[in-house]
Amino acid sequence: MPESIIDVKNLTKKFNDVTAVDDISFSVTMGEIFGFLGPNGAGKTTTIRLLTGTLTPDEGAVSINGIDMLKNPVKAKSIMGIIPEMGNIYQDLTPMQNIVLAGKFYGMPRKELRQKASILLRQFELFERKSVPARTLSKGLKQRINIASALVHNPAILFLDEPMSGLDIQSQRLIRKLITYINSSGATVFLTTHNINEANLLCDRVGIINKGKIVAIDRPEVLRKAYEQTRSVEVSFQELIEITTEINTELINRAEKMGDKWKLYTGNPDSLVKFLCRFAEEKNLTINALEICRTSLEDVFVALTEKRD
Amino acid sequence: MNTRAIRGIITVTEKDIRIYYTKAPVLIFGLLFPFFMFIAFYMGRKISFQEFYPGLLAMSLFFTASSVGPLITPWEKSFRTYERLLSFPVTVFTILLGDIAAGMLFGVIVNVVVLGAGLAFTHYSIQYFALILGIILGSFCFSSLGVFLSSFSGRAPSNVMMMSSLVRFPMIFISGVFIPLQGMQGFLKSLAFISPLTYLVDLLNYSLRGGSLLHPVASAGVLVGFSLLFMYCSHLAHKKNLLKGL
Repeated sequence: MPESIIDVKNLTKKFNDVTAVDDISFSVTMGEIFGFLGPNGAGKTTTIRLLTGTLTPDEGAVSINGIDMLKNPVKAKSIMGIIPEMGNIYQDLTPMQNIVLAGKFYGMPRKELRQKASILLRQFELFERKSVPARTLSKGLKQRINIASALVHNPAILFLDEPMSGLDIQSQRLIRKLITYINSSGATVFLTTHNINEANLLCDRVGIINKGKIVAIDRPEVLRKAYEQTRSVEVSFQELIEITTEINTELINRAEKMGDKWKLYTGNPDSLVKFLCRFAEEKNLTINALEICRTSLEDVFVALTEKRD
Repeated sequence: MNTRAIRGIITVTEKDIRIYYTKAPVLIFGLLFPFFMFIAFYMGRKISFQEFYPGLLAMSLFFTASSVGPLITPWEKSFRTYERLLSFPVTVFTILLGDIAAGMLFGVIVNVVVLGAGLAFTHYSIQYFALILGIILGSFCFSSLGVFLSSFSGRAPSNVMMMSSLVRFPMIFISGVFIPLQGMQGFLKSLAFISPLTYLVDLLNYSLRGGSLLHPVASAGVLVGFSLLFMYCSHLAHKKNLLKGL
């Protein structure tokens, strides 16, 4: 049986009358990339703050590699690398100084620390700019410094709260590549995101949280298969039409407009495709695109989070 | 206190000094402030420099040691570095001690210069031990006060500035800086004894001029007591307001 590195039991956190995290329990296995998905305000950041010791739970327990977070938060934090969502680097310090400062908090010897900082700066393509103040760098580069600083002490677990938030595509791709690399070198990765695609591309398992409760937890593919019955057909006509008013069929459970396309949710995609072809012929419309879509992780996410609204 | 905590305090202190204290405006403020205080409160008054100077030194220590401390947490929250700081293997108390140590060092260094400048113009029979103790304890106490003032803030330094001025400025008028404690009567005298600055003024009067209202050990003890009280209250308030402004 795989060894778990994060164990969460009946964790609850309230802010006045609002229950931000409501009796959640789960485990993360050593060496996996675990994604924590949820809409804004679902409780992702509160959960990661509870797991990393920034917040104290009202009830429940968190164990990090066997260390009780409540009893010994400092020891537990020493094996973690943490990148908070709103966490920033020190703008007046250079990339090298930021990484070295982080290493000092973990008690790394000076010589080893500078060597490791240089390795990280090269690995994160920051070496050329190691001596410029961080405030002069782009958001993507700052996020790289943030991640490099969290890795300086070779943590067993890396926590990332919305790591791609506000980054351009190139920076997102590089950070995704780095997270995969960090994981392949042995670290367990726990990341929160509201970006389904990001979770689908990176994670071995995902947990979906909504209104403070975990509503599903499994591998992305298993979750997708479990919701296979909610399939969809994407259709685009040359002419602009309002499907919700012009088509009346029980074959469509729900219709969503997506740019110049319509996404039609159905229990019977084959019959719906035939129906749409007949409809186009009758109305003399030109079909630009027609495709049966597999259930995506996004569909699962929407189904799970909307069900509880 | 274990090695990890001591390491944390040193790292926070080093960070504060590098980022917040070694800025030209802060250093200029630290050195010019006592000079302006001297011009504002000495010039034109019928008082000897020898009599005035211990009060000036105490006031300078008070303002420099408590100048930046109130702003560090709101700055860190507004620059979004505070949550990152909390993610390191340190406790909130360790961070506070680091902040206090940085303010204390700033106070001591600036006021060694102020002391040197003052001693160049007048002669005292100095009680060196009491003087060094006074400077160290005064810096420690007022730096703790500064950090305590930062604990109520979110991420707006302007709120802290107002509160800090509201607390600090009245203290200089009730603490025997301008009116000797011996000359105070009734309510004003009682008020003077709730201000930690009073005890520093008295201790510095003892160490430089040889005369004081209280026994120097008592003044030193009260300064330690105030420091511990500020540290304790800071710890409680910082923990309570940890997420405010994050």
